[in-house]
Amino acid sequence: MPIISVRDLVVEYDGRRVLDGLNLDVEPGQITVLLGGSGSGKSTLLRQILGLERPNSGSIFIQGTDVTRCTQAELKRVRRSIGVAFQNSALFNSLSLEDNVALTLREQTALAPTIIDLIVWMKLAVVGLADFGKLYPRELSGGMKKRAAVARALALDPEILVFDEPSAGLDPIVAAELDELILFMKEAFQITALVVTHELASAFRIADRIAMLSNGKLLAVGTKDEIRQSQHPRVKQFLNRVPNNPVHAPALAAYMEQYVQNREAKS
Amino acid sequence: MANFLEISGKGTLSQLDYVGSLNIQLWATLRAMRRALPLVGNVHRWRATVRQMYEIGVGALPMVALLAMCSGFILAMQGASELRRFGALHFVIDLVAVGFTRELGPLLTAIAVSGRSGSAFAAEIGTMKVTEEIDALKVMAFEPVEFVLAPKYLASLISVPCLSAVANFFGILAGGLFMFFSTHLGVPLYFHYVLTSIELRDVLAGIIKSVAFATIIAHVGCLEGLRVRGGPDAVGRSTTSAVVRSTFLVILADAVFTTIFYFMGRT
Repeated sequence: MPIISVRDLVVEYDGRRVLDGLNLDVEPGQITVLLGGSGSGKSTLLRQILGLERPNSGSIFIQGTDVTRCTQAELKRVRRSIGVAFQNSALFNSLSLEDNVALTLREQTALAPTIIDLIVWMKLAVVGLADFGKLYPRELSGGMKKRAAVARALALDPEILVFDEPSAGLDPIVAAELDELILFMKEAFQITALVVTHELASAFRIADRIAMLSNGKLLAVGTKDEIRQSQHPRVKQFLNRVPNNPVHAPALAAYMEQYVQNREAKS
Repeated sequence: MANFLEISGKGTLSQLDYVGSLNIQLWATLRAMRRALPLVGNVHRWRATVRQMYEIGVGALPMVALLAMCSGFILAMQGASELRRFGALHFVIDLVAVGFTRELGPLLTAIAVSGRSGSAFAAEIGTMKVTEEIDALKVMAFEPVEFVLAPKYLASLISVPCLSAVANFFGILAGGLFMFFSTHLGVPLYFHYVLTSIELRDVLAGIIKSVAFATIIAHVGCLEGLRVRGGPDAVGRSTTSAVVRSTFLVILADAVFTTIFYFMGRT
């Protein structure tokens, strides 16, 4: 039974359809990668799954609860089973790294402070930041912030981890380290992960299943090999990095020549 | 004509939307404010409230005191220059005492706090929106209204009336210094005359006004922050808008309250 199930999801902004009757199942214990170009609807789908926005129609079931129709109390319960590492990390700038990770533990559990300190240290150690707990987010590099966001997402031992563009803005080495971290967490904690990305190398390194999104529709869903062998023209274009509107050098040169001639004629 | 109607209709709808948002936010925050109270609420929210009280109250103390001293001195000098002609210099004491308690103390404080803390609220919350911290709070099963807004409201409601009392003291003290230098009236005797000239209803009017001003400043600052859409430039716009709107609304509310108290005092 899928842990996340999206059914006939339709989302419109100002009459413009961003997600168009989308269906997707995320299986437990697997890493599912949502792959797609800019403006394909990846982030919108993620916001819908996290219950940050309500759709025009359709349903999203997370562990059997429809987050598009549930009460605020049910939504909170569902959210406690999801850890999210945002694209920009979204660490609280006024809190140290330790306090960022400890926040949910202090406020949503009855654990003793010493136990919370131990858990925080363990979570930071998992992401390799055990020695940096006293630092504030502004004192961290981009890669460290992303890892800190993962540590915070792990705080309540969630069953589902969501990563929004984990490799965005990182150099290839740090991005690869983050990929390995995601794989390690899947192996170590049997976590279900949903990763939104447009980085092909990262997607094909970590994914058990890939869902390819374009213009608000799922073009293909399958294993890495199934996606590689897909005959869908848009999928092939994306995987082969073929541009939509290639720059035609002769046309550009002609335009520039005409522009210069017009300027000379005016002067 | 159609164009004029379209523009005025759009403007009216926009203002109605703003007033509607203010009302919704006020109701939500009043409900959440219970959680920020000491003893009966959440200890973490109360700690945040104390931090905010320090920022709003203690941080603004030197500025408000200096502002009130200057204004008290100006008011006493301007009043004295006219009242001296009628041999009624002693009425300067009534003018400064009643003027500050009813009007200038709360108003000067509100304008100082609006520029200092109202803008800070908008900038802080706006930045939290831009960096996805508000979304992070939601997915961590926190209520942003309770977590971010309620401590600011409660702190404003406590700090602004206290600051107004401080402004009253320093404004009246400045009037006393003027009287001492111009008529050699002793400061203890001056304060005796001040106490005889102020009535309980003057003090109540000042307190009611400062509570209303505190609500406006916190309300507008937080709403402008929450309405931020886009990037850092939007945060700058919201900060400016918070100061302009809250200062305008404070003066408007002052006019309304003064009119009400004027007619209540006549009956």
